[in-house]
Amino acid sequence: MAEIIQAEKGGKGGKKRAKKLLPHMDMTPMVDLMMLLITFFMLTTSLSKSKVMEMILPPKLKDPNAEPPKIIASRTLNILLGPENKIYWYTGGVSPDEYNNLPPVRETDYSAEGIRALLLERNRALFRKINDFEQQVLEGKIKIPRDSVQSAISKLKTDDDTGPIVLIKAYKKANYGNFVDILDEMNICGIARYTIMDIAFYENTMVEKAAGITPSTASTN
Amino acid sequence: MPKIKLPTKSPRIDMTPMVDTFAVILIFLLLTSQMRSPEPANVDMPFSISETPIPDVNSMTFLISNDSKVYFNVDNGPDTTLKFRRKILEEMGKAYNIEFTDKELTLFEKYPSPIGLPIQNMKDFLNANSAERKNMETGIPIDSADNQLSMWILYARQVNPNVRATIKGDSETEIPAVQKVLNILQEKNVNRFNLVTSLEAVKINLDEIQK
Repeated sequence: MAEIIQAEKGGKGGKKRAKKLLPHMDMTPMVDLMMLLITFFMLTTSLSKSKVMEMILPPKLKDPNAEPPKIIASRTLNILLGPENKIYWYTGGVSPDEYNNLPPVRETDYSAEGIRALLLERNRALFRKINDFEQQVLEGKIKIPRDSVQSAISKLKTDDDTGPIVLIKAYKKANYGNFVDILDEMNICGIARYTIMDIAFYENTMVEKAAGITPSTASTN
Repeated sequence: MPKIKLPTKSPRIDMTPMVDTFAVILIFLLLTSQMRSPEPANVDMPFSISETPIPDVNSMTFLISNDSKVYFNVDNGPDTTLKFRRKILEEMGKAYNIEFTDKELTLFEKYPSPIGLPIQNMKDFLNANSAERKNMETGIPIDSADNQLSMWILYARQVNPNVRATIKGDSETEIPAVQKVLNILQEKNVNRFNLVTSLEAVKINLDEIQK
């Protein structure tokens, strides 16, 4: 960069004195260089690390004769992830003699008023317990080390016996985003018991009927 | 009346504070960020409220792109001390009767991104330049006839028993592709997964819901 350096006018013609000049460094090239470096780093690096959500699946039953664990039908909440960001749900189980007369499914979505309200409604007792606990920790009423808060909450979840048992089943047209969303809702609502299952053939039919898809391509996954 | 003479001085801005600011920003960026490793497919991550940061070591990442291709990576980039990547490729080579030269192994060790191609093409892939590499990535075969992903998992766990599975999927990926990967992992007795997500803040107001 060009710069005009003008000679400073000396005194009044008298004795020429060596003027005390501060050693002035031109910083402009340095600024340029730093700008370049900053731009480079901003473009090539990612500032925030991605987060991970932990998911634990029940181990697959290897022994074909082993009985799958039995759960209470009245507490069961089946969530079917449907196509086009829709959720279908029904409660209880479907017994084999109901296959020709399937129970109706209800439709909802991934918004806070949809699935979250539904889950919180059913999980209110536990959710309030967890909420109260966290509040008391924050207010200092319960003295507990910071790192054992999580384990105390998971103890609350294990002891819970009123909340729903959520079975998540994904229809083949659902996408991975839906899947993560629903797991996220489980964490938000503090659901104690949930699992991911393969969708059953009758549930495929239920989703197709509700979503108005012709079941020509229907097949068990 | 004498004319008022303005002192003629060069218009000089003192750059020192600017340099200081830039230096601070630069140092901040250097310390807080890590290099972004280029990814073979553009992945649009789903959101969650989870705040656990992604592990840097002891992880194997399965990247599932929205066209259902599967890519595999160990430890998010090149590793240095423990040489897991080299050993895994050596084992894979043995299993498929492919001999990798020392140079190829080193290339694989340094390769920063997830890889997604059949092991048979790996030799060509490592020797190709980066422009050619782009067209070669067709995803790791996961059919039951030629389940190479399951072999990768097997050797990754053999070489490093502490490895944890991390799944990074595009939110538009159809669920069967993800389920296939999950099933392959479960066959290998991996039941804990980390799903990579972006952070999203959610607040629930209990009173509001009870209304």
